[in-house]
Amino acid sequence: MQIFQYILLVFLIVCAVAVSFSKRLLNSILIFMSYSLVMSIIWILLESPDLAITEAAVGAGVTSLLFFATLKKIHAIREEDEENHEQTGS
Amino acid sequence: MSRPVPEEEYGKRVSGAFKLWMRGVRDPYLGNVEVSPETAGEEDETLLKGYQEETDRMIQRIHDIENNRRYRLFQKFYRAAAAICCLTLVVMLLITVAYLPPVGNADNPAHNEVAAKYIEDGLQDTGAVNIVTGMILDYRAFDTFGESNVLFIATCTVLILMRNDKKEGKGSAEEEERLDSFYEPKDDRILQTVAMILVPFIILFGIYVILNGHLSPGGGFSGGAIIGSALILYLNAFGFEKTERFFTAKTYKIISFSALSFYCIAKSYSFYTGAHHLESGIPLGTPGSILSSGLILPLNICVGLVVACTMYAFFALFRKGGF
Repeated sequence: MQIFQYILLVFLIVCAVAVSFSKRLLNSILIFMSYSLVMSIIWILLESPDLAITEAAVGAGVTSLLFFATLKKIHAIREEDEENHEQTGS
Repeated sequence: MSRPVPEEEYGKRVSGAFKLWMRGVRDPYLGNVEVSPETAGEEDETLLKGYQEETDRMIQRIHDIENNRRYRLFQKFYRAAAAICCLTLVVMLLITVAYLPPVGNADNPAHNEVAAKYIEDGLQDTGAVNIVTGMILDYRAFDTFGESNVLFIATCTVLILMRNDKKEGKGSAEEEERLDSFYEPKDDRILQTVAMILVPFIILFGIYVILNGHLSPGGGFSGGAIIGSALILYLNAFGFEKTERFFTAKTYKIISFSALSFYCIAKSYSFYTGAHHLESGIPLGTPGSILSSGLILPLNICVGLVVACTMYAFFALFRKGGF
């Protein structure tokens, strides 16, 4: 169990660093979602299931959805797709 | 006193003439001003070339990063400063962590009489098997009331920022939403089938989490968030026409207002009595059954309703600017 916990903690740090170093915003949000998921598992291991449920519902669910909606509103996702099209097309 | 002026007389006055001019009916300058057609200017080749060279030189000077010494120095300084700032912060935090008492130590400042009282008398005082819920909705219910209000105020702020009141034409809520989801698949069969199967179960699970808040892990906030995400899934699958049948801005207002008012009436006496209890007169019941622990169950339901509506309202406002 101890080893599993260490693996999760390392994964947490890797996720936290990768969020800020990811080039594309969409990938950043997906990594952020996985960060929240790992965090909720760690909450369960720390014996606070209340927080785990809230973290899974709010952190991995609703926050990411709101991020997606915002990126869509400011046309951040579609422009990236267009850039990709240009790169692959040329 | 002003008197009505007949149409012909009004047309001869200055204001009347101005009005006609503005409308484009009669142009007072037509025939009075000489208008000569614009002659095309001759392009001076050498001058144009000079301009082009100057622009190229300027761009070269600014954007030539490899050979621009000042720019390179600044970049180096910037990176070094960023690294130094990060390292300083990391070292400071690590030193602070080193001074924290070890986890699980009996002499820690967190292990004082407050925690002991909550753990020992929690079941007797609140009737909730889940001590955490007993704490946040009974001993510290006023704090939770503040949190619910924070959510409500956040929705109000988003409403002020994102509200789209135009009913028709360009820039209206429907038009924006249509443009926004132009590239999305309409009536996605897979998504609709999955949503049709999953949404009832997710909502059921959310209701379970809310109703069992005082018995098992969970409570109003987490259950409300689960129901809110189920509503968002339903909205994404079936669109605004279906959800507006049962959830509009009016529904949101009524649910949020009544839930928050009930919470306020039930618990705002803490503001005057501190953390002391007032006898509510509601029997605590047997610990472990659903209908027990006094006011905690209705308060959980209130918090759940507010959170579920807030989550849905956030998404709808971000998406369409209204709901």
